[in-house]
Amino acid sequence: MANILLLSQLTVNQRAKILNINGGFGFQRRLRVMGVREGQIIKVVSKQPFRGPYTISIGGSNITIGRGMANKIAVEVLR
Amino acid sequence: MGKSVVFSRLTGANVIASNYPGTTVDFSKGIMRFEGEKYEIIDAPGTYSLEPSNKAEEVSLKMFKQADIVINVVDSTNLERNLYLTLEILEQDKPVIIVLNLWDECKHLGITIDDKILEEILDIPVVTTVALSGEGIKNLVSRLNEARSNDDIKPTSEEGRWIEIGSIVKKVETVEHRHHTIRDRISDLTIRPVTGIPIAAGIIFLSFWIVRFIGEGLIEYILDPIFSNLYLPIVENLSEIIGPNFLHTLLIGEYGVPIDFVESLGMLTTGLYIPIAVVLPYIMSFYFILSILEDTGYLPRLATLVDNIFHKLGMHGHGIIPMFLGLGCNVPGALSTRTLETKKQRFIAATLLAISVPCMAQIAMIFGLLGSYGLYYIGLVFISLAILYIVIGIILNRFVKGESPEIFMEIPSYRVPSFKATIKKTWMRIRWFLKEAIPFLFLGVLIINLLYAVGFLQWLGDMLAPVMQGLFGLPGESSTALVIGFLRKDLATGMLLTIKGMNAYQLVIAAVMLTVYFPCVATFVVLLKELGIKDMLKSTAIMVTTAVAVGVILKLIFLGV
Repeated sequence: MANILLLSQLTVNQRAKILNINGGFGFQRRLRVMGVREGQIIKVVSKQPFRGPYTISIGGSNITIGRGMANKIAVEVLR
Repeated sequence: MGKSVVFSRLTGANVIASNYPGTTVDFSKGIMRFEGEKYEIIDAPGTYSLEPSNKAEEVSLKMFKQADIVINVVDSTNLERNLYLTLEILEQDKPVIIVLNLWDECKHLGITIDDKILEEILDIPVVTTVALSGEGIKNLVSRLNEARSNDDIKPTSEEGRWIEIGSIVKKVETVEHRHHTIRDRISDLTIRPVTGIPIAAGIIFLSFWIVRFIGEGLIEYILDPIFSNLYLPIVENLSEIIGPNFLHTLLIGEYGVPIDFVESLGMLTTGLYIPIAVVLPYIMSFYFILSILEDTGYLPRLATLVDNIFHKLGMHGHGIIPMFLGLGCNVPGALSTRTLETKKQRFIAATLLAISVPCMAQIAMIFGLLGSYGLYYIGLVFISLAILYIVIGIILNRFVKGESPEIFMEIPSYRVPSFKATIKKTWMRIRWFLKEAIPFLFLGVLIINLLYAVGFLQWLGDMLAPVMQGLFGLPGESSTALVIGFLRKDLATGMLLTIKGMNAYQLVIAAVMLTVYFPCVATFVVLLKELGIKDMLKSTAIMVTTAVAVGVILKLIFLGV
């Protein structure tokens, strides 16, 4: 059974595959050109407290991404 | 990242480059000569696509449209993502040459790219470089005239491009799995809150401690001895030669009074002493430390850690970069607000910068002004400014209309900064400071003396005395410092020393107000350009109101009613 969550629900060090990105066209595009795209494998590197941003590692680079953005990304947890 | 380094290598021109995205916010032009031909090379801000998401990227797009040949500098450790821009560029029928930069980094990361096959697929010349060391630059230069467009690559949809990229990457890139290195572990430790926040506090504290240690050392052991042992006798002789007249007042100060480099207010005394013996040592040590912070790649991690706080102020973590640069000089700080996405964020960042971030020149003078009274009073100035930054930020966030998007930024790999690059960058900034500061200080001293000579400053002091005294508890003469502060804040802070009978609390109030009330002319011009007249007027109104309010509040706290 596929374990589907929002990126914001992942815990540190968890790996997941991006399924889809919700939001406007401009938003999706901005994420994609920085490498955050459907099918990519990500790992959560850190979470800042008090609804702060996430840092994820994706394809060899790290990206800091706001909590609200992380709420719009659906992922499938990988073991 | 790395475009500015490639640019410097090609043209020999010096531009500031760092290990984080968004260092370049404007274009620079330079000339490259090769086989008798002259090429004008333009360094543009980095962008992830041809659709700009901030003002710096808008500059890139404009430069791109003007270019005859495009040198597409690609971070080869992130080939897949960067090929998106490459394909967008190739659709535009301009001659292109692709530079796979950071080639050495690939090996460390276990990434192998077949540049020959990439060249074959795209039908565009591809060269590999390590711009930091200069490797591959000669090859780039000699192949520049091979740059060509590829008519087979037609404009397509976003999805079409990603499919194309997928198939290209499959053919040219292999990634080996690799274990966590020490560098990754340090990266994790500095970005996770539990370890990252104490480390950040330590790094900031240590940075300022080193800045002060080097700055004070240079003053005490090198510059003060030079000025008092070597330079003073020369000026004293000159004083005798000139004799008592206006020229003497202008160049040296009042005739017959022992020369005091800070208080004499002559061009050859105060006009040289403040920039060289008081401010320069701190500028040198600050920029040395800043270069190290920039080149290691630490700043984006700091931005991540403070994102939360800055979000409450209507910006996001990236807002710490204008603040940090502003501590050196407000001008580059104001320019770097371009990397923020919306007008609201840029307005808040620029206004807060102008209100409560003193530049290193002013900080050095505040140390000089209050140093003898003890660290407590210096602390009061900075705590007042920090509280202002946060309070005004929260207020502006509530009342300024517009969006405050969230942080979305790339965190570069850590790199050990090269000693040579650090020294070079520090030197570039020092030279810039000397070129900017000394003419303005001379001008400031000239204006002060002229205004004194015609009696304007005395008149202004007398006229404003009731206001200064009544509202802020300051002597009337301190208003003259506020006038001069528009030219140079360091000189204005120095003028406070010439006013007799001010106590430490009054100096604290005056130093805070001098920071808050208005930016210096250089910063003012840049802000006017960045914000536009309407927003600059608003921003100015906020500054003046804040200065008056803060002056009154501090008077009530420190001096009582």
